[in-house]
Amino acid sequence: MIPAAFDYIRATSADEAIAALAEHGDDAKLLAGGHSLLPLMRFRLARPAVVVDIGRLNDLKYIRDEGDHVAIGALTRHRDVETSEVVAAKVGLLGEVTSHVGDPQVRHRGTIGGAVAHGDPASDIPSALIALGAVLVAAGPSGSREISVDDFFAGFLETALSPEEVLTEVRIPATDGAWGFEKFNRRAQDWAIVGCSAAVRADAGVGVALVNMHPTPIRAGATEAALAGGAGAAQAAEVAAEGCDPTEDLNASVEYRQHLARVLTRRALEAAGL
Amino acid sequence: MTTRLIGASVPRSEDRRILDGAGVFIDDIEPAGCLHVAMVRSTCANGRIRRVDATPARAAPGVVAVYTADDLGELGRRNLPLLIPNPALTEPRTQFLLAFEYVHFVGEAVAMVVAESRYAAEDAAGLVEVDYTEFPAVVGPLNAFHSKERAHVDMNTNVAAHFVQEHGDTEAAFEGATRVLEREFMVERSAATPIECRGVVAIPEQTGQLLVYDSSQAPSTIRAGLSTYLGVAEHEVEVVAPDVGGGFGVKLPVFYPEEILVPWAARRLGAPVKFVEDRSEHFVASNHERAQWHRVKVGYEEDGRICGLVDEFIHDAGAYCPYGIIIPIVTASRLPGPYKIPAYGSEMHVVYTNTVPVTPYRGAGMPQGAFVMERVIDLIARDLGVDRAEVRRRNFIAPDEFPYVVGLMDEDGTTTTYDSGDYPRGFEKLLESIGHAGFPAEQAAALAEGRRIGIGFGCYVEGTGCGPYEGARIHVETTGKVFVSTGIATQGQSHCTILSQIVADVLGVALDDVVVKTGDTRQFKWATGTFASRIAVVAGSAVAEAALLVKEKAAEIAARIFEASTADVAFEDGDVFVKGSPDVRIPLRQVAVLANPLRYAFSSEALAATQFVGDGERAKAPPPSEVAPGLEATAYASPEFATFASGAHAAVVEVDVETGAVRILRYSVVHDCGRMINPAVVEGQVHGGTAQGIGGALYERICYDEEGQLKNANFMDFLVPYASEIPEICVEHTETPSPLNPLGVKGVGEAGCISAAPAVIGAIEDALGVEITSSPLSPEMVAGLAAGSAGGEAAGSFAARGGVGQSRGETDGA
Repeated sequence: MIPAAFDYIRATSADEAIAALAEHGDDAKLLAGGHSLLPLMRFRLARPAVVVDIGRLNDLKYIRDEGDHVAIGALTRHRDVETSEVVAAKVGLLGEVTSHVGDPQVRHRGTIGGAVAHGDPASDIPSALIALGAVLVAAGPSGSREISVDDFFAGFLETALSPEEVLTEVRIPATDGAWGFEKFNRRAQDWAIVGCSAAVRADAGVGVALVNMHPTPIRAGATEAALAGGAGAAQAAEVAAEGCDPTEDLNASVEYRQHLARVLTRRALEAAGL
Repeated sequence: MTTRLIGASVPRSEDRRILDGAGVFIDDIEPAGCLHVAMVRSTCANGRIRRVDATPARAAPGVVAVYTADDLGELGRRNLPLLIPNPALTEPRTQFLLAFEYVHFVGEAVAMVVAESRYAAEDAAGLVEVDYTEFPAVVGPLNAFHSKERAHVDMNTNVAAHFVQEHGDTEAAFEGATRVLEREFMVERSAATPIECRGVVAIPEQTGQLLVYDSSQAPSTIRAGLSTYLGVAEHEVEVVAPDVGGGFGVKLPVFYPEEILVPWAARRLGAPVKFVEDRSEHFVASNHERAQWHRVKVGYEEDGRICGLVDEFIHDAGAYCPYGIIIPIVTASRLPGPYKIPAYGSEMHVVYTNTVPVTPYRGAGMPQGAFVMERVIDLIARDLGVDRAEVRRRNFIAPDEFPYVVGLMDEDGTTTTYDSGDYPRGFEKLLESIGHAGFPAEQAAALAEGRRIGIGFGCYVEGTGCGPYEGARIHVETTGKVFVSTGIATQGQSHCTILSQIVADVLGVALDDVVVKTGDTRQFKWATGTFASRIAVVAGSAVAEAALLVKEKAAEIAARIFEASTADVAFEDGDVFVKGSPDVRIPLRQVAVLANPLRYAFSSEALAATQFVGDGERAKAPPPSEVAPGLEATAYASPEFATFASGAHAAVVEVDVETGAVRILRYSVVHDCGRMINPAVVEGQVHGGTAQGIGGALYERICYDEEGQLKNANFMDFLVPYASEIPEICVEHTETPSPLNPLGVKGVGEAGCISAAPAVIGAIEDALGVEITSSPLSPEMVAGLAAGSAGGEAAGSFAARGGVGQSRGETDGA
């Protein structure tokens, strides 16, 4: 359980990280909180030749109230999101979801950018960002660009980020609407077997997204459409698993995951007052 | 000092040092110039080795040596020992230090890399190429029993042992029974997973001696074995178990290959060599337990009294059976638990599978027996429509029926005979603790709110304190410290605390003045080992006896000084005096000085013991020549029979019928380990065991696929419960002293984990109104069972995975 040999670069600015990525391309991996990358390296499932440590880019650690949205720097620790008053007041769902990630030690190390950029369908945070309609900001050699969360997750552990891009900021539209989050796991600190985020957005539309129901974090599109069409929580939740392609693992069969998606979506919608 | 220390909940003497970070665990031991080992392990579950190519690994940076079986010479052709043979074990198989012709499980050691660092060793281990001709893997006990494939291709069966026992006439019992019930049960494979993995450090010393640090539960046995395997005199090898982070049986087996290979390599290379297992390795290279399939036929009367029971079971031995058939023997002899079964038959089939070998893990066959027996009791209650507690009451062995002969062979070869107990008393206390009387109303009220709650019970009898022996030496130092050394090793059970209490109690000294040293063959050579909940009973008895001998000797010396009778010498607060004259006292440390007549005066105490000081009174004359110098004594305890602790668990659970989540609302244990030396330690043991038992009921399941690959060899996928999953456990006690030892104590180490599964699963069964016959249960299985009981509406196909008594999925291999 010792990683294979790798070179280590500590970036002192985002530009330096981007330059390092440009130089090493696919051989390089960004290290932020390390809670996704390091286990993979210890099992030698990931063997990056170069690790670019961006953990000390303090200018990417912030939570800002921008009026109609909240801007969170990519290197902001989960613990800071979880305890932020701005997050609680304007994007409450994200604070609640973040409080369910791992355990306190993990939340003091892991970062919002790392959780998003890893593209793990079992991660809780992307579901909140999808439900809330977030926009992700990436910086690369040719400048910055905005990516809608709906275009961000490209495949299992794959995102729209190019090899030389660094995720710098997460922008979440503010809402004072109700929300609900349901996470089903076997032990308190575990990844979700299935999870569901639901949020009433500022435009009164309802965003619903699922955890661990597809190769990527996924929007529960059929449920959102049913709600938009006037269906109640129970009825809308019945179609939660539509369009999802969940996998089977030691904790759950495909059918059980689909069942949990329906149950948890109903509960999340009910918690959101729907 | 009027307060007795035996029976007092004094704080653990071990904690301060460990919490201060002053503990010395195996990975803390890093001698200068230490070399590091990484093992190359089989990736093939069942195969013949065509080729091992270590050439690229030998050339890798930092590599000192790479050993394959061919490099071990004669040692490489010698099987590891079959520790406990049995005539019924007709096909014994044990592994080689390094596999040289066949491999029989994924994780079996194939080659050993020694390098300047673990980094270099691990990198080089990845370069060793091994080619296999693969054979179909045999996985799961039922599958192994019925399959045409062979776990060992040189055998024409997978059955290692077949053993039939009967006590009473079961055939006649069934003829006389008014009701007969038959069921199949499955308990799946699990693992102990102590927080510290295994490790060994071997240091060849300048004197020519070999000093071995080993995280073993039986260092003295390791020493004896090492000398035979390495061909060196016993006095040239010393083995020390340092601080060890949990054992639970998995560190007991003598030997794991590394325990011989590392000392062997250290001698060969003339340098210290260290191996510390990592967590991934631990799952595939340290032994497992638990997997058994049972088929029970039980005959009983209309009132629920059992007249006869026959249990046929298949025990999964894994790839090898170094412990013989001890685990299934324990299962068979302990299955009846606290119940009187006039006619009991047991037939075991022990089968090989291409999986990690199976040796005792906390409970060692008892949890499986208890699960089956308690399910049977619940089934009888269900069949008769009688309260489950009442059926238990009607079958308990009565308090006046001890010693009670169960009849089957026990793990020590004796006929299983319970020494003492009061099962009804403990059970009634349990019912009160859990709120049994009010539960039907509570359940009805919950149901009215749409909540499904249930109550379940699990009773057990735990065999503890078996022989052959343990010993201890107690030495009262001239500093006043009382040094106790014993050969048993300790892994966190509070042994030092309880042994100190016994010594301090007998000698009337302060607890802080007693220092206990365990598991160091340089200090004490003779021991059996730490297993079977035997330390308090066996080592405790030896320590008590040694303390009494020291006291006798001290009394004789003091009697000469005081010119009194030995019977009148009293011990209190570290002093001795004559009863009735407590004001004239001398410290015990001064008695220690006088017990060692000296020629040289190097301190004021020593001066008093030299030959020309004082008035030459007889008190300073040397003791008679048949008395050894020093205030010191050694004693051994060799119990002829085990002593049997007992207890009962009860759980109240709430089941979320939609998700299958199970929440434990209340949990109670009443435990009886005879006279308690330290009730807080007893409760700690019960808590930890219960947590492990709840893990076994709801979380922990070692999962192999059909190719014999372990699918959850990490803590993300093998679910050990955290504190967040374990409820508050209410522990109460009854004390039925054992007549078999002077302290009246029984063991407690394994108690907690034996009956958690039947209690929790019985409660789920009660909440859902279904029948459950397998363990552990996952939420998916519970949701399936709930959907099935509700008429099977929403559950869809996953309801079938509820696996009610069915062989399902991977580990049982059907």
